[in-house]
Amino acid sequence: MALTLLRPWAALAAWNKEAFGARSAADALKGIGAADAAPSAELVIEAPEIAENGAVVPIEIASKLPGTSSIAVLVDKNPFPLVGKFDFREGAVPFVKLNVKMGETSEVRVIALAGAKSYAATKEIKVTIGGCGG
Amino acid sequence: MAAGPMKIRATLAGGFTEIRVLMTHPMETGQRKDPEGRIVPMHFIQNVTVKLNGKTVIDSQISQGVSRNPVFSFRIKGGARGDKVEVGWLDNHGESSSIEAAVA
Repeated sequence: MALTLLRPWAALAAWNKEAFGARSAADALKGIGAADAAPSAELVIEAPEIAENGAVVPIEIASKLPGTSSIAVLVDKNPFPLVGKFDFREGAVPFVKLNVKMGETSEVRVIALAGAKSYAATKEIKVTIGGCGG
Repeated sequence: MAAGPMKIRATLAGGFTEIRVLMTHPMETGQRKDPEGRIVPMHFIQNVTVKLNGKTVIDSQISQGVSRNPVFSFRIKGGARGDKVEVGWLDNHGESSSIEAAVA
């Protein structure tokens, strides 16, 4: 299958190696500048309580915090906890839905950056068959 | 598995435009072994960008923790029929792909 290489998608922000390479949620949070995130009920996580297949766990995140500019998703017990960081510019709704891999039952941690402060919400998802082997 | 085609849909939904995009990509973690017992090297999308009428509205970085053949939903405020939405990705091997659709 041929890729669309006529217009390389080059002008993108660099990848945060430090945060994505972190082996613990605490280090990943430091890497994205959210070590002091305060709990918030305005950050809503929709996800199953139990995931039968850890290879594909659907997670939907919406922030009702005014001025949300970024949402990050972490799976605490994965080998590399940080799964993604989504930066919303003018015109975007601070919302994302994605499928993540989970090796085992874990807290899923969501961080929102709003103004100069960071906020956190967590939800435990139980995994019956892990999905990190590929 | 190599990377392959993308699919996109952008629809108006009460005050916002919902974008659903599918990417064909193995998202290899570097922890899996092939049938011969060799480690399959890491191969995953690192950047995903969403543009509306040529202007970047969402800029994201992702890891190998995203499921194989990633599917994302994003939302853009407002939007009108015919607006051009474009989503592109770049992986850790420097491969890239993008797709565009008109809002329906």
